Amino acid sequence: MVDLEVLRKLCRLMTTANSGDHFHALGLRFTRIEKDRIQAELPYSEDIVGNPATGVIHGGALTALLDTCCGFAAVVALDELALCPTMDLRIDYMGQAQPGKSVFAEAEAYRVSRHVIFCRGVAFQEDRDRPIAHCVANFSRLDPQVAAEMRRQFAPILAGKE
Amino acid sequence: MANSDYTGVAKAAVLAREKGQLAPLVDALPYARLLGIEAVTEPPSLVFKMPNRHSNMGNPTLPALHGGAVGGFMEMSAALHLLMTMETLKVPRVVDFSIDYVRAGRMEDSFCECEVVRQGKRLVNVAVKAWQSDPLVPIATARAHFLVD
Repeated sequence: MVDLEVLRKLCRLMTTANSGDHFHALGLRFTRIEKDRIQAELPYSEDIVGNPATGVIHGGALTALLDTCCGFAAVVALDELALCPTMDLRIDYMGQAQPGKSVFAEAEAYRVSRHVIFCRGVAFQEDRDRPIAHCVANFSRLDPQVAAEMRRQFAPILAGKE
Repeated sequence: MANSDYTGVAKAAVLAREKGQLAPLVDALPYARLLGIEAVTEPPSLVFKMPNRHSNMGNPTLPALHGGAVGGFMEMSAALHLLMTMETLKVPRVVDFSIDYVRAGRMEDSFCECEVVRQGKRLVNVAVKAWQSDPLVPIATARAHFLVD
């Protein structure tokens, strides 16, 4: 299985190393990386408000949160480290996020097949049992040679000091 | 805050419809401003643009746009399309959103176009197609349901 410490480092680098990228624009960060569960946090900010009349954040920021979270749930389900491109994603919005509070997402891979990894995730604020959004997302598995090349490229970065 | 901001969106939506100017509407919607959304054509054939910006990057090794930025661009464009073509003066509420990523989004300008597939009394179904250099080569297709007041 994927080394969790290595994956935690990759997740930290992914969200922090490229200053000013979309992860920074959203303030997105991982809060928990385990074999069976990935959790990430989207802090509230005025920049992601979709409706200024209510202060409610836009669904697009939740798409980024859930895509990122499900994407790493796909990675943790693999035997060897490799990033997985998103094939498709569907989000059902059950409620609006309360302004001023972080949104958390938790995701898991529920089936790994030869070419596709099937993931699902929820977004919530205080109570995981009262989700504000639910999502299913499928990820494709990279060709073994491409994945091996990616690991070679990542090796010095992941071995280096942060 | 609530009332003045609501008026801001409503005023900007009217301006967008009457004069075909999207900028004031984008200015009133922080997340649209964050992505940098612009309109490149006027109604009824509305094409939206998300300019190439470092702040929309996800994967630096490819490099590629963040899938969430592409999805957010398409979902926000669908809402803007409804605000510019329908009677409503309130931001439509998204019920569900589904996206197929058919190609990686390169660090280039992106475009999208929306089509109202069905307009019911309260629910609207919108289809969205996004591309970069060639409209015939999509990077993503999406569909969404919105509730409108």
